[in-house]
This record gives sequence, C-alpha cells and structure tokens, in this order.
Amino acid sequence: MACISSQGELSESARKMLAAMDASATPEDVASRTELPLFRVRAGLREMAEAGLVELNEEAYSPTQLGRSLLTP
Amino acid sequence: MSSLVESTVQETSHAPAASVQSASLPRLGMAAPAFEAVTTHGKIRLSDFHGTWLVLFSHPADFTPVCTTEFLAFAAIAPELRKRNVELLGLSIDSTSSHIAWVRNIKEKFGIDIPFPIIADSNKEVATLYGMLMPGESKTETSRCVFVIDPVGIVRAMIYYPLTTGRNTDEILRLLDALQTTDKHKVATPANWKPGDKVIVPPPATMEDVEARLNAGYECTDWYFCKKSV
Repeated sequence: MACISSQGELSESARKMLAAMDASATPEDVASRTELPLFRVRAGLREMAEAGLVELNEEAYSPTQLGRSLLTP
Repeated sequence: MSSLVESTVQETSHAPAASVQSASLPRLGMAAPAFEAVTTHGKIRLSDFHGTWLVLFSHPADFTPVCTTEFLAFAAIAPELRKRNVELLGLSIDSTSSHIAWVRNIKEKFGIDIPFPIIADSNKEVATLYGMLMPGESKTETSRCVFVIDPVGIVRAMIYYPLTTGRNTDEILRLLDALQTTDKHKVATPANWKPGDKVIVPPPATMEDVEARLNAGYECTDWYFCKKSV
C-alpha cells in the first residue's frame, strides 16, 4: 500500500497529504501544498478514503477524526 | 494484480471515441484504454494522470542489462519531463517485490533513484490491453513499447522496439516537445525537428488560403511547403 503500511502506519507521503489538508482540499490543492505529483495525490487520497482517514465531499477531501488522530503524536 | 476499470466512459468522457476505443488496442487519436494497476507507488488508475501528459512504457523484465540501461536513461530525463508536465509509468510482467528489489539494486549499484512508479503486471492485464506482448518475440515478456498519452487521455504517439534494442530517451523527450509545440501553435514539425527549429505551417486547403499564405511572411519554398518560427 502506498499510504498505509501493513502495520497500519501512515507512510511519509500520507502524513504529508493529511497534514496539508485543512477543512477541505481538492487533490490539486494537496499536490500544490505538498509538491507531490498530482497522480500520486489522487491515488493516495483514494486509498486513504477507503481506509476511512479522509472523506470525499463532491470534489474535495477532508480528514476524518481517525485521520486527524493518526497525525497527533 | 491489476484489474481493469469498468468505468471507461467516465475515464474518457472528454474523448468522443471512448466507447469505440474501449474494446480494441490503442490507436493514435483515440482514448487510451482505462486501467487500474498495482505499482511500486501503490494502486494507480490511468485517470489519476488526467491533466498531465503520460509516458507509459513497458520493459521485458527486471534485473536484465538493457532494461537497466533504459531505466537509468528514463530516470535521467524525468526532471526534464516533469518540467513539461509529463509523468513516467513503467510496466513489466513482474511482481511488485521484484520491481522494488530491482529499483533498490539500481540505487545500490548505480547510485540512481528511479522516481517513477512501475506497474506489476503479473497477470498481463495491462500488457494485453495495450498490446505490449509480441508473440513473435516472447509470450512472457513485454516488448519495449512506449505510449504517449495526453492530458485528456488520448493516445498521441506509440513506439515499439524489440527486446534486443534499448530505446533512445532523447527521442522520447523530442517527441514530447514536438507534440506540445504542435498543440500550442497548431503546426506540424519536420523531420529531425528539435526545439528552436522552424515548424511547418499546415498546407492550405483552398486557393484563397494559398494567396493568403504567400503573403503572410512565412518562409515558403512553394505554396504547400511553408515554415515559420514559433
């Protein structure tokens, strides 16, 4: 998995993406803020949505409570 | 494992020929076949590249010498391609573990990072979809194919090399420059064109156009053969 390891830990790119999201962000916003390639952001956000870490509302994603909790040390 | 995405219409809704294209091998000017595949960067769909140019290329096998030289060459042009809004996506009929081990080996032996994802097409789904297997060469290894797909998902160029001949990545870069110049300026590019050279003005279709052409300040050898700088 690109964003979540088999141990359920976030990859570095997933952390970057989650940290770059405020209330709501499009993949283009996240790509711009993280300097990750857009294709990778799209694939990563889709994967994180399947894992319940972000949710999609129309064309923008926002972190879920679970997603936010994984960012805090 | 790769799995084909059913939503071809959604994938290529901007392309008028999508419904015709979905069941056949890639054709120039037609929508690229949609796919979802496991890669060294996770599961990726063709639609993830919407808005960027994509160079989808296959190689015969990991841990082989010609392919290694090609990967070094593709890695070398990756920064130039990125400047042109072009992404690379490799493919072979190998597992993700094999790809990862090979990429790590390239880093260890040559000191080069491979920055692009590689499809692990163990079940040959994407290779079959794109016609990358040439039975006359091999039934188990993909030939050296290159598909240039534009930001709206249309196949713009295809190159096929045999197993024995490594590709010229400078030509791939030149091809991208030519395609992008064509799109931007609505012109064609002559043989051996490179950025900075004059381009071909499309031939006129009417007598009126011919007269206008000859007075337009182009460098014309004859009415049908005019060049200009861009």
